[in-house]
Amino acid sequence: MSDHIVRAFDADLRTLRGMIAEMGGLAEKMMTESTRALAARDIELARRVIAMDPKLDALQHEIEEKAVLTIARRQPMAVDLRDIVSAIRIASDLERIGDLAKNVAKRVVAIAGQFHPQKIVTGVEHMSDLVMGQLRDVLDAYAARDDDRAMDVWNRDGQIDALYTALFRELLTYMMEDPRNITFCTHLLFAAKNVERIGDHTTNIAETVHYLVTGHTLTAERPKNDTSSFTTLDEATGA
Amino acid sequence: MTDDRETSHNQGPTTVNRMADLNMPLTSAAGLFTANAPKVTARDVTVHYGDKQALFGVSIDIPEKSVTAFIGPSGCGKSTFLRCINRMNDTIPICRVAGEILIDGADIYDRRLDPVLLRARVGMVFQKPNPFPKTIYENVAYGPRIHGTTASRQELDGVVETSLRKAGLWDEVKDRLDQPGTGLSGGQQQRLCIARAIAVGPEVILMDEPCSALDPIATARIEELIFELAANFTIVIVTHSMQQAARVSQQTAFFHLGHLVEYGATEQIFTAPSDKRTQDYITGRFG
Ligand SMILES: Nc1ncnc2c1ncn2[C@@H]1O[C@H](COP(=O)(O)OP(=O)(O)O)[C@@H](O)[C@H]1O
Ligand SMILES: [Mg+2]
Repeated sequence: MSDHIVRAFDADLRTLRGMIAEMGGLAEKMMTESTRALAARDIELARRVIAMDPKLDALQHEIEEKAVLTIARRQPMAVDLRDIVSAIRIASDLERIGDLAKNVAKRVVAIAGQFHPQKIVTGVEHMSDLVMGQLRDVLDAYAARDDDRAMDVWNRDGQIDALYTALFRELLTYMMEDPRNITFCTHLLFAAKNVERIGDHTTNIAETVHYLVTGHTLTAERPKNDTSSFTTLDEATGA
Repeated sequence: MTDDRETSHNQGPTTVNRMADLNMPLTSAAGLFTANAPKVTARDVTVHYGDKQALFGVSIDIPEKSVTAFIGPSGCGKSTFLRCINRMNDTIPICRVAGEILIDGADIYDRRLDPVLLRARVGMVFQKPNPFPKTIYENVAYGPRIHGTTASRQELDGVVETSLRKAGLWDEVKDRLDQPGTGLSGGQQQRLCIARAIAVGPEVILMDEPCSALDPIATARIEELIFELAANFTIVIVTHSMQQAARVSQQTAFFHLGHLVEYGATEQIFTAPSDKRTQDYITGRFG
């Protein structure tokens, strides 16, 4: 929506949206490249991802300041108020996504030179791709104010959790197969956990888009399929 | 029920109003919030000034002991509707009111009802503070005197003090009760008018833009007072400040071109209004 009687207000809102778009683009990039770095064990690329994080933090700060100023100056109501509150929330989720991508990149640096078969990385890569798609979709949903699209993302979060549980079992199996895999697999497990949490933040954003568009807060339980906390070694190895 | 009654007054055409209409659904959001029991109930209220129609079938339940705000662009009929609630429109010769307004379930346009007594039950505070050109004491004592509600001077002193205390003005004026009310500051004058309204023991207090002539500090003091008064009185406030409506009220009604467009819990109206016209108005998009 646009066309306020006070046109400077429209400009304020446009600026905020532009900044969110910029943050989204950066978070997406950090996410893709950290995964690529992990798959290719590309330390240089991982370092570049780590170096992107301060920019994301700075953007989040700017958005918060701009949002607070806009609230003070324009005293927004209804959809405008939701617009600004959403910008603050989404900026915070994107900042966390950046942190988590950075953590994955740090793992890449940590596991450099470790022995491991390529097949082990494939599962994490696959999960990353899925989360990547979710992030892209939810950012599109935000830009288009598209509740249906946001809800699709929200509903798919269960798949990511299920995938994480499967991956957890798979990695346990590799560790038992060959103890030389243990260090590497442990790092991968942490990386996978980070990716799974990026998925959670993506779901948060979907909830925010829903609130922004409809004015209602989602009350339903999130689709959850992560049972890794109950997985035992016996189950994991089918023993 | 087939008890058709004529509910218009003055000499205008009569409007027949079926009691069955009482059961008609309320405005969109009325069912969405839990409010106190209705104190004032309006059904299909229509107002004409001569040939010009100012209100179109307004129906609303105003809960007791809470603050209900009326908002909307100027000329949309907020004051007109407010004046229906204490029959102030009776004093405007060309004004015709039709429909039904009940307080505690009783029709206030019943012919047997004395409008003067009604106005003691339904007090009113106006945009511009209008103390009488009398002492502070006499301003507050005036109502109880003409209604004969106090027996002795002692009792009257008590009512004056209590009313001034409830209006948050006692400490500022207790040493100069014999001085003219018009000598007070704008904010104090407005609180004096509120004390005057309270003195006759009303149940409902109507306020028509009570802060529009006041500075922000005086406004804040009136808003604080409104909040306190809502514990004992049903308050209906017309305000052109949406921030004020958001700050002081539990329910908000949005009027537009003589229609009650949307009525609901204040937090819903200001965060997620359901009608586009409400949204456009409160977000400042009206062309
Ligand atoms: N005393 C009156 N005589 C004739 N028309 C009136 C009178 N009072 C109000 N109106 C008309 O009724 C409509 C609603 O006015 P009002 O209730 O004062 O609106 P609001 O309080 O929302 O600004 C307006 O078109 C106004 O011109
Ligand atoms: Mg008015």
